[in-house]
Amino acid sequence: MPRLLFEKTGDSVWISHLDTMRVFQRAFRRAGLMLKHSQGFTPRAIVSIALPLSVGVHSRCELLDYELENDAALTPEILNDALPVGIRVREIIENGRKIKELTHLRASLELTYDRGVTDSLLQELDALYHGESLILKKHSRKGETETDILPMLCDLQMEKAGENALRMQVLVCAQNPSLNPQLLVNAIELYAPHLAPDAVSIRREELFDAEGNVFR
Amino acid sequence: MNEKLQRILPKVQKPARYVGGEYGQIVKEKEDVRLRVAFCFPDTYEIGMSNVGMRILYGLMNEMDGVWCERVFAPWGDMEEELVKAELPLYALESGAPVRDFDMVAFTIGYEMSYTNILNMLRLAQIPLYAKERPGLHGIVFAGGICTVNPEPLADFIDFFCVGEGEEMAPEILSLYDRAKQEDWTKEAFLREVSKIGGVYVPSLYEHQYSEDGKLTAIVPDADAPKTVTKRIIKDLDKAYYPTDTIVPSTEIVHDRTNLEVFRGCIRGCRFCQAGFCYRPVRPRNADTLYRQAVESLENSGNHEITLASLSTSDYKQLEPLADKLIDYCEEKKINLSLPSLRADNFSRELMLKVQRVRKSGLTFAPEAGTQRLRDAINKNVTEDEILTTCATAFSGGWNNVKLYFMLGLPTETDEDVIGIAELVWKIIKTWKEHAANKKRGLSINLATAFFVPKPFTPFQWEAQITPEEYMRRVHLLQNELHSKAVDYRYHGSDLSYLEAVLARGDRRLGRVLARAVELGARLDGWDEYFNNDIWMQAFADCGIDPAFYAQRAYGRDEVLPWQTIDVGVKQEFLWQEREQAYRSAVTPDCRRKCSACGANCLEGGVKCDA
Ligand code: SF4
Repeated sequence: MPRLLFEKTGDSVWISHLDTMRVFQRAFRRAGLMLKHSQGFTPRAIVSIALPLSVGVHSRCELLDYELENDAALTPEILNDALPVGIRVREIIENGRKIKELTHLRASLELTYDRGVTDSLLQELDALYHGESLILKKHSRKGETETDILPMLCDLQMEKAGENALRMQVLVCAQNPSLNPQLLVNAIELYAPHLAPDAVSIRREELFDAEGNVFR
Repeated sequence: MNEKLQRILPKVQKPARYVGGEYGQIVKEKEDVRLRVAFCFPDTYEIGMSNVGMRILYGLMNEMDGVWCERVFAPWGDMEEELVKAELPLYALESGAPVRDFDMVAFTIGYEMSYTNILNMLRLAQIPLYAKERPGLHGIVFAGGICTVNPEPLADFIDFFCVGEGEEMAPEILSLYDRAKQEDWTKEAFLREVSKIGGVYVPSLYEHQYSEDGKLTAIVPDADAPKTVTKRIIKDLDKAYYPTDTIVPSTEIVHDRTNLEVFRGCIRGCRFCQAGFCYRPVRPRNADTLYRQAVESLENSGNHEITLASLSTSDYKQLEPLADKLIDYCEEKKINLSLPSLRADNFSRELMLKVQRVRKSGLTFAPEAGTQRLRDAINKNVTEDEILTTCATAFSGGWNNVKLYFMLGLPTETDEDVIGIAELVWKIIKTWKEHAANKKRGLSINLATAFFVPKPFTPFQWEAQITPEEYMRRVHLLQNELHSKAVDYRYHGSDLSYLEAVLARGDRRLGRVLARAVELGARLDGWDEYFNNDIWMQAFADCGIDPAFYAQRAYGRDEVLPWQTIDVGVKQEFLWQEREQAYRSAVTPDCRRKCSACGANCLEGGVKCDA
């Protein structure tokens, strides 16, 4: 199935996963391209986005699968003219790999501290992420479950980014099970509330397969 | 400000509605802009972005050279709380600039229960509420929309009102302001000048006098202020500005589709309906114009759904040819076409089948009253026969769903009329049993009753509203007469409609009550989550004003009405005559069958009623 790689930045990060699909459905129509539709009384244009992105999270590497009614030539420019501010198609992939081969995700987190970032803060946080385990409660329909998130955290680099911020680069499992990078911040709030940041900005950077190759 | 906002957004529900950036929004370079207008819709983004009028005026103002019009909506409660906590003033979506920095602040008001939102939005924008507390030309506050036919409760807060359709009025007003700003006029000078523009009402130029018993006795205009302000209309809709490239929200809104306005006005004369009289006369768009606008709007927006909108779409004379063309287009493009508010009396099976090809839309009737006598009294031209015949056709065509809308508390209503609703429902059930093509799914009837609210510029403008207690008695009377499980009965709460009646026919003295209610926390009153009647009752008590004086009192024929400075075209004598017809249960033919000389054809120096 054809696939496209897009980024979601700026104010478009506040558009939800479902709304993002609707945005694309309309953008295709605006670009004069007819998507394949589902059968039934109210046919829906079929698009699917891998790995739903939480509201507020930026991304450089969203994947959207689509199918056109006829073989129209699609370029990023055609769609970009029809998309709202912040959503930009970076690449068209003629034939995407199976989504289940997508296993890892690199993300960056910027944590802002109005009071400033000290070396001890960095050390304490580092210790938190390199402990024995980091157990978070998860609410689901079946009730509350406890998960240790550390096994899903494959790599973590931390550095100061100016006076008031620190940046983390993480590599996490993307599927079965997956780790939402936001949980790394939730863990601070739970286990070290005195280290909780005043603001957080998260960005998905890149997708990988099990061998560490870039996934498309 | 952006930094602060970015910290708030993760904490609120549906943040996408607070950032703008949608496809089709208009952003201008600061150096190209002489005049900035903050166009405020006094309800949420989802409601406001569904409003066709706002889209028209947004496009129109932005087409003007040197003008940048931006959008502002009422924040939901969680967002309001965060804005206040972060000390962020209310801002416009396109630029993020605070509303208080704009030259002009415009509101559109379509519903009395959004008055508190207007005040609350001004408060959140850190703009003084009372017009007299805003001495300068900068930040002048004006308002349009249907509620301006009686804007008196807002007279203390809004500098001027625009009565009627805005396509011609808005550019005239903005051009005048542009000149006033360049020439550095005072606010007073501008208000005097703007009051000379047709349709503009400057409330501060009129003094309202009251008698000891609290009645309004005289309205005295200032020396050169017009004695009456006449509603503006667009004579030829085919030539009027209509934007086919408008903003496409990135998040779901209430009417998430293309709304095509097929005509303005209504040929009917339902005696309770304010829109019916205030939007007169009927002026349709040509089917060719509409088809072109439909296709352009759909292609520019990427919407996959379109609705033909108007007060009574099935009265549109060229509906068949338009529907024909649209159905073919929509089928090919996989677009849902819905034709709402089809009337029982001209709902043809043929048309129904055509619509069904594209989409199975609901079967909806608004008989409004349960007996023929009362339907005649309100001039709702629907007979039981027509309803049942239409139902039979629909049921045999596979429909199993009926929506029914009625009103309780209509003038002259008796218990017999209330019980008549249940009887009509029962006959519909019987019809279904006899005609249903598919009985497996069962029948479902959604029955809703609203509490009648007397509105200015209707034949019932003089009537008293029944008390909330009496309304609830009638609700229960009806409830006890409904025996079938197929019926799902919902009724409107009484408190909201009571307040609506107060505000709809209120005068200037209610301004204090509005300010007090907002102070006590009233806002988003149209939403169940927020409406709090206790706050309102407290506000009335604090101001020493009895709401019953406005809602439950019949106005005398010779009484000075708070809204009589406004002229909507339809003459007061005609309305009184219609009221007398109502008490005789006599119907008045619709404008297509016979002109009743209501006066609306005299607007704009004479206009053809294309009924
Ligand atoms: S003037 Fe006659 S046709 Fe025109 S709106 Fe009035 S009643 Fe209808």
